[in-house]
Formats: sequence, C-alpha cells, structure tokens
Amino acid sequence: MSGRVLVGVKRVIDYAVKIRVKPDHSGVVTEGVKHSMNPFCEIAVEEAVKMKEKKLIKEVVAVSCGPQQVQETIRTALAMGADRGIHVEVSAKEYESLGPLQVSKILAALAKKEEAQLIILGKQAIDGDCNQTGQMTAALLDWPQGTFASEVTLEGGHVKVVREIDGGLETIKINTPAVLTADLRLNTPRYATLPNIMKAKKKKIANVKPADLGVELASKLQVLRVDAPPQREAGVKVESVADLVAKLKEAGTI
Amino acid sequence: MTASIFKARQALGLCLRGSRALSQLAELPEMHQMMRQTCRDYAAKELAPIAATLDKNHTYPAKQILELGAMGVMAVEVPEELGGTGMDYLAYSLAMEEISRGCASTGVVVSVNNSLYIGPILKYGNEEQKKQWITPFTTGEKVGCFALSEPGNGSDAGAASTMAHQDGDEWVLNGTKAWITNSWEASATVVFATTDKALKHKGISAFLVPMPHPGLSLGKKEEKLGIRASSTANIILEDCRIPLGNLLGSRGAGFKIAMQTLDSGRIGIASQALGIAQAALDCAADYAHKRTAFGAPIGKMQAIQFKLADMALAIEGARLLTWKAALLKDAKKPFTKEAAMAKLAASEAATFSAHQSIQILGGMGFTTDMPAERHYRDARITEIYEGTSEIQRLVIANQVLKEYQP
Repeated sequence: MSGRVLVGVKRVIDYAVKIRVKPDHSGVVTEGVKHSMNPFCEIAVEEAVKMKEKKLIKEVVAVSCGPQQVQETIRTALAMGADRGIHVEVSAKEYESLGPLQVSKILAALAKKEEAQLIILGKQAIDGDCNQTGQMTAALLDWPQGTFASEVTLEGGHVKVVREIDGGLETIKINTPAVLTADLRLNTPRYATLPNIMKAKKKKIANVKPADLGVELASKLQVLRVDAPPQREAGVKVESVADLVAKLKEAGTI
Repeated sequence: MTASIFKARQALGLCLRGSRALSQLAELPEMHQMMRQTCRDYAAKELAPIAATLDKNHTYPAKQILELGAMGVMAVEVPEELGGTGMDYLAYSLAMEEISRGCASTGVVVSVNNSLYIGPILKYGNEEQKKQWITPFTTGEKVGCFALSEPGNGSDAGAASTMAHQDGDEWVLNGTKAWITNSWEASATVVFATTDKALKHKGISAFLVPMPHPGLSLGKKEEKLGIRASSTANIILEDCRIPLGNLLGSRGAGFKIAMQTLDSGRIGIASQALGIAQAALDCAADYAHKRTAFGAPIGKMQAIQFKLADMALAIEGARLLTWKAALLKDAKKPFTKEAAMAKLAASEAATFSAHQSIQILGGMGFTTDMPAERHYRDARITEIYEGTSEIQRLVIANQVLKEYQP
C-alpha cells in the first residue's frame, strides 16, 4: 500500500459570519467576507495527520478545488501537518456551479493518479450542506465508504469505522483503499503551531487543471433562486391547553 | 560602473527594501496572517471564556501557558536550534496582541518570558548559557522573570542598591527586587546588581539565578488592580550564592543590557496594550449595535459614534507605530524612539479605549457581567510598567533633540 492519504479541504464562509443573500437572489455575499477551512475538513486533516504521527501512513496530501484563494486553505492544512498540497484550478465563474459530482470526479481521478490508500473528507461542507461528495467519490472509484465516522482504526488492509447513525453507533469493517468522511466527534483539530506555519511555507502546492484529469466541469444543475429563511414571527401566548387546541384548530394545523 | 550609478542602485535597493517594509504595514505577509489567525483562534476559544474567572480567583493560567508553549508562542524569536520558533519580532508583536485580546494576564506572562527573560540571554549570553537558560524555557513548562526594579527605585534604574561581590568562585548577591512579574511561577530570573558602586550605573551587572535557590526568597504576592492572574512579588536576596559562570554579558554591562532589553520589551507591552484596547473596542462596538435607547440602537447616535471613532483611531495609530518599531528591530535598524512611541501610544490608547468602553456600556460597564471593567483595570498598568509614560516621553524627546543637534 502506498501509505498515501488524500484529504479534501474546502474554503467556506467562516462559521461565525452572518450570511447575507445577494440583492439579486443569485447566491450569498462572499466578497470581503471572512472565509476559513470547513470545520469538518479540519477534522479530516487532523485525523490524517494523527495517522501519520502514529506511523500508520506515510504521506498526507491536501487537495482543494477552486480559484486562487483556496491556496490559503491548503496552506492551513499544511500548517496542521499535511506534507504537500494540490490546487485544482477552477475559475471563479466555473466555481459558482461547481458541485459534489464534479468534485467527486476530480478526487477520484486524483486518487488514482496519486495511488491513494485512503481519501478522508469532511462529511459535508457548511455552505452547501450536500453531504454527497464522499459517497459519490467512493461510488466512482468503486471503493468502500465509511461515512459519518466518529472513530477510525486502521488495521492492516482494513479500516474499522464507528459511524454515527440515527439509531446510535454502527461499527463496520471495510477494505482499503476506501473513502472516509469525518463527523464532528471524530477528533478535536489542533491549532496550527507557529513552527508548523513556518514549515508550511516550504511545502509544495502543485497546480492541476480539471482538464488534465480528464474531468468536465459543466454542471447539469442550475440555481434558480436563493432566499433567506423567513423572519421568525412572534408567537402567541395562551392561557390553557384548551386555548392551545382551539388556536391550532383555527390555524388548520390539527 | 560609475560612482553615481552605484549610489543610485543603492538608493533603489533601500527604496525597495523600504517599500517591502512599508507594504508589510499595509498588508501583512501570508505567514504572519496565518500566525495571527491561529493566535486569535486560540485566544477566542481558550482564553476569553476563562479570563474573567482567572482574574477573579487570581489563578495563574498554567495549562494555557503549556498549550501556548506547544504552539511556539513562549519563545517566538528564539532560533529553532535552541527550541524556539525562529520567527521575527513582528510575528511576536502580532501574537502578543491576539493573546492579550483574550486575556491580558496571560499576555503579560508570555511577554515577560519572551522579551524580558529570554531576550537578554539571547542577545548577551554565551552558547552554554543559551542552552541552559533558554531551551528549557521555550515549552511553557518553565517561565522566567526579570528583576530590575527595587523598592527604592523604579524609573531610576541606575540607583540599583542590590549588591553583588565575588567570593572565591562564586558571586554573592544581597538586596531586594520589587514588582517582579511571574516571580511565583518562575524557574529562573535575570537579576541586576551593583558590582562596582564607584562606577555608578556603569558598575551594574546582570546575573542568572535559578529559582528556587538558597538565599533567594519571595515576598508576598501583591494584590493588584489588574492583570491579577499573573503574580507580582518582591524577590529577596540574602547571601544568595551563584557560580561565576552565571554572570550575563560582561561585568559592568548590566545597565546597558537592561536598557536594551526594555527597548524590545516595550514593543511587547505595546502589543499587550493593543490587545486590551481592541478587546475594549470589540465589547463597546458589539453593545452599540444591540443596546437600544430612544427607539434606536445606540450605535446610531453621534455621541457613541464619535467615541467609537476615537477609540478605533487611537488603536490603529498605535498599532502602526508598534509594527514599525518591530519592523525596524527586525531590520536591525535603531528603534529606540519608535519603540517608546509605540508603548506610549498603545498604553494611552488602552486606558482611553477601556474608559470609553465602560462609558458606552453605561451601568452595565460597571458590573462584572461585562468584560469592560476588567479591560479598564488591566489597561491601567500598561502606562506604568516597562517604562512609565513619563519616561517614554523623555526617551522620545532625547531622540528628537539628537536629530536636531546643531
């Protein structure tokens, strides 16, 4: 096995920022807004780096698709301990319609090219909330998948994954190569240390175009309109259960 | 190549170097931005939530200092071979500001370790001393302190009455040092003592003393108005014996070492003051959006707007002065005047911003429910330690007069 792990990292609007919809309802405002690495991607990077520290794998490669700015996100992954980065260049215009299907095709192509043993992704990105890329990538590669991972153990040619599911926890054993997606409780990502930030400067980020990987970026999906959720209206206080039932009947909800 | 072309190229080189430094004032290089962000994240998640409790209980942030050590923040300028981070003073200044924005007490612990303890040893120590007295102090497991002031003299550092005399193969120190930050947690100190009274300030020398040590005892912890999570106490030396090899720098160089150390330390304290000022502004601006009076958020009122503008102006001005001083130091250019200006501007910005922050918060600002009152208390000391505002003015005036020397 190559001992190489590919980690996907996405640059998203920072979780603490208040999102505003563009006046033309075509999307949300991203200009001049603080961006950072998707929190689930941070957890994915942390898991890969921990595997390397335990000498279970040899190399962590951080990948991001997008315009020039995503290099900041790749560098953050490098500062957390990834060994090198791959920037898949996508123009700003194409980025607007870039979705899980195209990204999965890119990751699948890269995984083959890099002979990756594992792909670790965040379970979903906090902007799209699609929760599809990991699953699609596994399907395209015909690899097993361990999604919503809250615990990962590498054992020889297998991975034991404890998954968070609706009913509780499910433990599965899958062969490598495999795709894993990180859930919240998998680990607590480290703060980038100052020495690692210095070292990150020297680590390489390779530039690749989707066409070089044989991937077509055209999307079959079109965003028609983006709206903010409706403002919460004030509620009504009632005196008794009878009143409550009467009001609900009035509103036609029961 | 003719002399004039050579001079032109030299001037261009200086211009380019200058413009690189200038552009760093306008936009920080990527590595510095990343470094600032990681410190900001740490301070927001790990320091800000506990700062009020640390202050209330006067608790030293031991766990956080270890974590900051692991991040490389306790020895920013120390070369990697000695166990440090190997970054420049601008990086240190940014780290200090972000840490202090979360907790000013933690900030001063970091500052004293970096600038006042490690600083002089890095500059004046021999290789053996650097390994022994710096490397163990880079991880946060051990911190150091700086013992210059005495009960009888603060600003008048030349009047040091702590004495050191040679006895065989040992130095013997006697005297009392006052106001020593980190004293109760420190594993070592840089102490200044008079070795030749007749030479006045040229007769002061610097010494390295481990802590604890026979002949060295600590006074009671001072109960302070602010930065209460850091310890401040007297260090009492009674026939404290140390090996001859513990002399730092040459005999009689102590005053020069102290003054040069304080020059750099000023940039650290300026950065701490900026962090406190920024935290005060954060608190006030947030409140101005949320608090309504007379039917609108108070941020809509000019009186509040003028305060916020004045606070932001004072902070940004002081920040640029601080960055300039750090950049000059990194370029190995003279920075005494700029460091004094930075410390003066930043500390006055801190006390001003903290004062206005309470004013904007009104009654809420006066209670411990909001952090404004802690910023007010923490800010106050920045105008006093590592050179009072009055001393800074003297230093600046001195430099200005030199520039105009006929």
